[in-house]
Amino acid sequence: MLRRDLLLALRRRSDVATTLFFFLIVSSLFPLGIGPEAAVLSSIAPGVLWVAALLAGMISLSRLFAADFADGSLEQMLLAPQPLALLVLAKILAHWIVCGLPVVLLAPLIGLQYALPNDALLVLVLSLLLGTPALSLIGAIGAALTLGVRGSGLLVALLVLPLYIPVLIFGAGAVAASQHGMSAQAHLSLLAACSLLSLVLAPLATAAALRISVE
Amino acid sequence: MAQGLSCLRGDRLLFKNVGFELKTGGLLYVLGENGSGKSSLLRLLCGLLTPEDGEILWGGKKIKQDAENYLSNLTYIGHLNGLKDDLTALENLQMSARLSGSSVIESKALAALAAIGIERCANLPVRVLSQGQKRRVALARLWLTESRLWILDEPFAALDTASVNVLASQLSEHMSNGGMTIITTHQDVSISAQSTQTLRLSS
Repeated sequence: MLRRDLLLALRRRSDVATTLFFFLIVSSLFPLGIGPEAAVLSSIAPGVLWVAALLAGMISLSRLFAADFADGSLEQMLLAPQPLALLVLAKILAHWIVCGLPVVLLAPLIGLQYALPNDALLVLVLSLLLGTPALSLIGAIGAALTLGVRGSGLLVALLVLPLYIPVLIFGAGAVAASQHGMSAQAHLSLLAACSLLSLVLAPLATAAALRISVE
Repeated sequence: MAQGLSCLRGDRLLFKNVGFELKTGGLLYVLGENGSGKSSLLRLLCGLLTPEDGEILWGGKKIKQDAENYLSNLTYIGHLNGLKDDLTALENLQMSARLSGSSVIESKALAALAAIGIERCANLPVRVLSQGQKRRVALARLWLTESRLWILDEPFAALDTASVNVLASQLSEHMSNGGMTIITTHQDVSISAQSTQTLRLSS
């Protein structure tokens, strides 16, 4: 399933590129709009970059199950003898590799635009690496719940964004802490906890939501 | 075996008290006009829908309780082909075989595509195939699966006469090997089975 989704992403590179360019453009707009003052930029950087990463992951969410639902392969997934939660987890992992990982890798480059010091850049990458899996996992629940509903893109945002708040707070908090010379370890541990908790719960919740959506 | 099945879609009762028992080598035709609930009945039998009333048993056990065993004995091909437009016919077939738990080597998958007469399209993305060719790619799974119960929703729709005959003889062979098939169709196709039943749904 993981291989299938990665192969599909490879065949449809434009979808991946959209997410990445969205992140790139949104996070580049702020320095352009606010002006080149290094002090201001570096103080808003953690929040802005995290929100941009969050929204970039969000726009690709509604596609997570929609195509499978439309062409009937979701039915076949439900009828496979393997546990559905496992198949779902593979799909979420593919989504993260395609949409989350590129953002993590691109972040230091964007961080430079915000005049972030080196150690804060490192914490930024680390926090995104720990936090973005939680975004994909939680988002999958929302995507599964809104499957087949009209205007599902907006509905996913309304459902999922409030659940992203802890991840955003700890993620941006980690970067801000390291900017002020404090240790980011507490924030990073909490982020990792968010990801682990959603790793356990999200596939099960998503699988249940998919069964309801297909009925 | 199914007993006393009812199906409610929204506020509408599609059917009630539907029941049958399918034995080894048995074929069940589900007939009825459009909208009488044929597809819903098949989806109930797969476990994709939950019946309002009644129960479905496989080997004496409820299908929800013994889901893994039931699902590994089941092949369902519905209205939707379940194919990925961006993958080739061959890739689609191998992926769906892997999903149903058996990995399939390329030569076997090619042989299945050849059996239903579309080996020429094996390496084309499904996107460029015609409706009937897509249907045949989906149906090629029947040459690879080892499951005993086949549930097919309008398998003959969009097929040309030659393919209909090929599929009918594959179904007959499945039944003579002790398999079971539940099928909806509007076409008059002769399929031989050890026992044939007809279930007529009326609205």
